[in-house]
Amino acid sequence: MNDAQTAGDAAPLELRIDAKRFLSSDGTAVEVVRNLELRLEAGSFGALIGPSGCGKTTILKIAAGLDADFQGRLRTPGAGRLGIVFQEPRLLPWRTVEDNIRLALPADQANVDLADLFGTLGLGSHLARYPGELSLGLARRAAIARAFAIRPDFLLLDEPFVSLDEAVAIRLRNELVALTTATRVTTLLVTHDLAEAVQLADRLFFLSDRPAQILFEKTLPPPRGTRSKDLVTEISEEMRAQVAQAVARSGQS
Amino acid sequence: MLPRIFSLATLIVVWAVAAALAQSRLLPDPLTVGRATLAEIRSGELPFQMACTLGRVIGSFAIAMLLGTIAGYAMGRSKATDRFADSWLIVLINMPALVVIIFAYIWIGLNETAAILAVAINKLPNVVVVVREGARALDPEIDEMAKAFQFTAFKRLRHVVIPQLAPYLAASSRSGLSIVWKIVLVVELIGRPNGVGFVLGSAFSLFDMARILSYAICFILLMLVIESFLVQPLERRANRWRRRPA
Repeated sequence: MNDAQTAGDAAPLELRIDAKRFLSSDGTAVEVVRNLELRLEAGSFGALIGPSGCGKTTILKIAAGLDADFQGRLRTPGAGRLGIVFQEPRLLPWRTVEDNIRLALPADQANVDLADLFGTLGLGSHLARYPGELSLGLARRAAIARAFAIRPDFLLLDEPFVSLDEAVAIRLRNELVALTTATRVTTLLVTHDLAEAVQLADRLFFLSDRPAQILFEKTLPPPRGTRSKDLVTEISEEMRAQVAQAVARSGQS
Repeated sequence: MLPRIFSLATLIVVWAVAAALAQSRLLPDPLTVGRATLAEIRSGELPFQMACTLGRVIGSFAIAMLLGTIAGYAMGRSKATDRFADSWLIVLINMPALVVIIFAYIWIGLNETAAILAVAINKLPNVVVVVREGARALDPEIDEMAKAFQFTAFKRLRHVVIPQLAPYLAASSRSGLSIVWKIVLVVELIGRPNGVGFVLGSAFSLFDMARILSYAICFILLMLVIESFLVQPLERRANRWRRRPA
């Protein structure tokens, strides 16, 4: 049905989904993704942007190798070691923050020094706490730390800043920019927030409604992390107009 | 603690008054029972018989918990297994304890294996039912996380599955201990040459009420001790993370 493999170092992420169907409750097949092709150069940061319910999370799960039931092909970069941040933090409530992060590490690296990472994410004083005691912002930080702790070849982020206070979200986005820039990890972000995508990514992929396919893609010129707030707003406006045009075009055809 | 002591003291007073009113060999007063108990303990008879019973309780409890957890997990996780094994489960749940005991003694023989197995089989379906519920309630999102981060099978079991099953395991061990020790007594009464159940049987034929009461009370006390110093602390430990303010 599909062909998943990992490529060598510095290889791009390549994902082609010819078709992905779900069985609806009445037994009919619903096509959620069709003819989607996505290529992300090693070390770059891509963002998948689309309306809610268009199948973004489905695509992310396929890219993560968590859903192999699709027609197409997946090639993950590097050794294929995956870091992932889900929409919900998905920490183990019965383990402390530090245990949650260390559990993701392979057994031979379980005691590796993570002080820098904890420092960057401001987790230092919360390591012995249980997830139930954390605010959503801190829980998200722990989830981000877990994804970076394993030194991933490939990072997937599923709306990691949704339903946070804007102030907290801004700080976390800056921390994420710092981490992805330092590690040069190939990253794919799924979001419905255009400004967020423009701030973080080098490459944007706009998704259509169901069945999801890529309406158009766009490479952003100045390097990520250096775009001013005004520039982000300006690019976002321009993108919004282009999306409207693309939607109108696809509607006519 | 105080209300509990008060309520138990009241029970003993009621017993003493009833015994004083009845003035019968068939209802000895608390003091007589106390003296009989001391005598049994000094002779070493009571500790030996209790140890025999306790050994059987632990053996059959461990077997029932282990097999029941495995079967319950399998049935909770796989619809096909559940569909297949569910009718067996219904048969087992409704099988009278006595029938299982008799079958075990007839097929395996009047020995320790048969006794322990018979009790374990009686307890087993209850564990299966409870753990199956727990396995059905496992969080699929956490499962997905464990898969994405490539947790090994052992890591998954220890850090993902068992903590989620812990409340269910605790619930079935609590009800389990009391069920198991009651059935162990029946098993001993029918086919063992020692243990509390055997002693109760011979005391019954002699109408020795003081002896019956002293053994029954001692065993209840022992189970209370196990419950408060073993089961409850374990449960508290497993639920440590839960009892914190959000």
